Amino acid sequence: MAVIEQNQAKGIISSINGPVIKGRNMVSFKMREMVTVGEKSLIGEVIVLEGDIGTIQVYEETEGLKVGEVILPTGRPLSLNLGPGMLKNMFDGIQRPLAKIQEVSPIFIPEGIGLLSIDEAQLWEATITAKPGDILLAGAVFGLVKETEVIQNRLMVPPNLSGTVVSVVPDGSYTIKDMLVKLRDEKNDIHELKMAHQWPVRTPRPTAYRQETLVPLITGQRIIDIFFPIAKGGTAAIPGGFGTGKTMTQHQLAKWSDADIIVYIGCGERGNEMTEVIEDFPKLIDPRSGKSIMERTVLIANTSNMPVAAREASIYTGVTIAEYYRDMGYAVAMMADSTSRWAEALREISGRLEEMPAEEGYPAYLPSRIAEFYERAGSVQTLGGDEGSITIIGAVSPAGGDFSEPVTENTKRFVNVFLALDKNLAYARHYPAINWLESYSGYIKILSDWYEDHVAPDCIELRNKMIELLYQENKLLEMVMLVGEDVLPDDQRWVLEIARIIKVGYLQQNAYNKEDTYVPLAKQYAMLKAIEYFYEKGRAGLKLGIPTSQLKNQEIISAFIKMKYTIPNDDLSGLDELKNQIDSYYDALFKRYQD
Amino acid sequence: MKKEYLKIDKVVGPLIQVSDVDSVFYGEVVNIVEIATGNIKKGKVIKIEEQHVVIQVFQNTSGLAAGNSIINFTGESFNLPMSLDLLGRIFNGIGQPIDNGSEIFSAIEANINGRPINPMSREYPRNFIQTGISSIDTLATLIRGQKLPIFSGNGLPHNELAAQIVRQAQLGDDVDEPFGVVFAAIGVKHDDEKFFRKSFGESNVMDRVVMFVNYADDPIAERITTPRCALTAAEYLAFEKNMHILVVMTDITSYCEALREISSAREEVPSRKGYPGYMYSDLAALYERAGMLKNQKGSITFLPILTMPNDDITHPIPDLTGYITEGQLVLGRDLFQRSIYPPVSVLPSLSRLMKDGIGEGFTREDHAEVANQLFASYSKVQEVRDLSQIIGEDDLSQTDKKYMAFGRAFEAEFLNQGADESRTIVDSLDLGWKLLAMLPLTELDRLSPENIEKYFPKESQVE
Repeated sequence: MAVIEQNQAKGIISSINGPVIKGRNMVSFKMREMVTVGEKSLIGEVIVLEGDIGTIQVYEETEGLKVGEVILPTGRPLSLNLGPGMLKNMFDGIQRPLAKIQEVSPIFIPEGIGLLSIDEAQLWEATITAKPGDILLAGAVFGLVKETEVIQNRLMVPPNLSGTVVSVVPDGSYTIKDMLVKLRDEKNDIHELKMAHQWPVRTPRPTAYRQETLVPLITGQRIIDIFFPIAKGGTAAIPGGFGTGKTMTQHQLAKWSDADIIVYIGCGERGNEMTEVIEDFPKLIDPRSGKSIMERTVLIANTSNMPVAAREASIYTGVTIAEYYRDMGYAVAMMADSTSRWAEALREISGRLEEMPAEEGYPAYLPSRIAEFYERAGSVQTLGGDEGSITIIGAVSPAGGDFSEPVTENTKRFVNVFLALDKNLAYARHYPAINWLESYSGYIKILSDWYEDHVAPDCIELRNKMIELLYQENKLLEMVMLVGEDVLPDDQRWVLEIARIIKVGYLQQNAYNKEDTYVPLAKQYAMLKAIEYFYEKGRAGLKLGIPTSQLKNQEIISAFIKMKYTIPNDDLSGLDELKNQIDSYYDALFKRYQD
Repeated sequence: MKKEYLKIDKVVGPLIQVSDVDSVFYGEVVNIVEIATGNIKKGKVIKIEEQHVVIQVFQNTSGLAAGNSIINFTGESFNLPMSLDLLGRIFNGIGQPIDNGSEIFSAIEANINGRPINPMSREYPRNFIQTGISSIDTLATLIRGQKLPIFSGNGLPHNELAAQIVRQAQLGDDVDEPFGVVFAAIGVKHDDEKFFRKSFGESNVMDRVVMFVNYADDPIAERITTPRCALTAAEYLAFEKNMHILVVMTDITSYCEALREISSAREEVPSRKGYPGYMYSDLAALYERAGMLKNQKGSITFLPILTMPNDDITHPIPDLTGYITEGQLVLGRDLFQRSIYPPVSVLPSLSRLMKDGIGEGFTREDHAEVANQLFASYSKVQEVRDLSQIIGEDDLSQTDKKYMAFGRAFEAEFLNQGADESRTIVDSLDLGWKLLAMLPLTELDRLSPENIEKYFPKESQVE
């Protein structure tokens, strides 16, 4: 923390209203400056300045504060300490490690614990790659630290600095506070580079330029990877009423996405869900690295009962950490669960400021805040010359499950993938309860080349054909509701049969089954291809005049329904056997009809 | 440090404003003494603006006038004395005894607002609680440390159901583990409170129950503190005294309405249906106090009851609740009209913690599959019923007719049970298999061959 000078102006608390307080004598304070409030030194941020009156949102419980207590400036905006030690850790909304808070207070989170951040005492093995005389531009890498088993932390020159290396320390063990490199800038000022540097959370970290997103984020979830793919560097929203499985879906993405780094933000959600993550993640093995998925994960937790102002900040804290790892050249995926709670925090603060509300009490600047947030995603060329990306996947909790409410509506405008969760599917325990008719992905076109090159030339074509079948089914079901299934012509009944296989055998995916929780793309494709094969076989039969009742072979259908469990992810030969089974059954059947 | 003031500037509903006050703190407790009678009312500082202080009064504000009362700032937060003597006692919404017993004296005092539990300190709840009710145990399993609300409607038997759960729930792993019930009545009818008191008496748990009661005709500001007092007592008993505590709270709807009334008196910007924008955070501050802690034996299992206005599950109260709690038990009016008790509408009901608390080692290996299959099949029943409405039951296909029969049997035998009937989980699961056997095997796509082999009732296997 910055040292506060004695003669610096102090603010005096003049009014208190929940997490929002006002102070007098605050002329010298800056907008968005971080301050400490009262005798307990609660942490807050200046959000309005008007004459010498300043309004502050406080990130901790304000009960016990008195009018007349002092407000002290820190001289800098709300910032994070970015350095090694964030992975495998869980922080609150303003980057205070919950494990350290636990040392101070074993059960409950007290107020007034001050500004903690990443561990300053831990020693890291640093390799210094820069040499005296080197010219280092902003974002250049000057050293390496092995942060976890799988992630190399690349020590970077902060984005606002560049210069010539004057001296370096030898390789060895250092803390984040130790000076590693001395840098002389253009003005001949000497700067000390350490492992960690500060960055304000509300300012996006600069990059060289944005580039196109051409690679999908592979999640191992069939409905996402094949039907509604998310690009690396893209944005997605998962809206759904309670009980539809938002958190479940977010957890699956955090567990299995093929990103290098996962930043998971529990924003205004349940405490037990974060506990579940801490208990579960260390036990899960990343299929790519062979190590625990926790090795690449940063957790931010502001549960629903933690102070609301810190909830507003938690989203920015998360995305700033994501940008820090992106700048090292990593593909980062960030899950925010739930962005609606963040929007509600904005609304709550706005209400306390007595601002004029727009829709449903939300402030008029809600859309622009949502846009600013999602625009921090992207695939970029970093200042250091690497390629990095941030994919943002935000859960949305629409009030009453109604997608026309302001947060869902405005989110929809700024994301490219929309994975609509459906209450009726959830009621029937069809999980993931992603509605295939309402969802969309704006990345299909951009990613089609990738799918054709890496999965199969007809992959996208196959996907379109299968979605088309599901659309047909939807129309047919409306008819069935009126007249019953028996009256439909045979070809339409066959469509219903195949659609059922797609829904139950393909789109339903069991997160609790070892084989099914993560499925490699090759199997995802092969499964769908097999269903198509079956569909075409049936159509050939229909042409011969064989009724659907004859075409329906329960044994084969049930093999399709269970193929996600019975066919191992690493051995797809079972699908060929299934094809042979189809051939032998139908060839015999066809023969009977041809004769 | 005591400070006394004489002049009240303004009285609006449950709020009073006092001026020229200094050095009071946010959240400070205030005593308002009526000079003529000596009556004391309690209040709390909820806003400070320069020298003006807004106080929320927990009792009725009628009779208060500019000069007739002394405002006494106590210099303390809202604390309650905590001790094991709480058990068996009845308090009002601000923690004062109303059972003619003595005051609670204890050196231990706790702030009723509590503090957020550090997620690192939580233990993820995994232990199954058998309530003896088939629909709950099998399909929306209650887990120790869970917060599982009952979404009900006016006139539905939510009180009976809650009382039956209290009576039948086996909270601890064995009989030696101490358990208790904390009951909070928020804005309830006198009849309802009597019903609970009687039912606690009948099940011989009265000496293990702590009751906090705010009647429908009690002041609304007290409704804000009632659940907080109750949860503070629950936290003390669970986390200091290692007891398994079941908190039953009724009616959250009255609580939210009190919140709205006070918010409107404070002239705050409303959000949906006039409820304040912070209602989510406020409710979370209550619900999130349930749970279990690492290395601690005690637990708080939380069963809040709320009546959905107009049976509308999208109303802000059930909606925000559902986003915070770990599932919900929804009662259905149609089932109730058809005399099915308990009328648990299973499709929208859900227990989020169920997945980790059932199966081998907890209940039985086939539990998840049976539950899944019952959900899927019963959901199909709804579709078939819609169809039969149009084309008539006679014209349904053979399979669909079987679904109709399954649906009727499921409601009559599985959902329906006596108010004193306690079924073991094994009985409930076997009953589930028996009913599923009414459907063709090909329709049962959620069951694995191994479990079908082991549990499918052999005699009824006719294809």
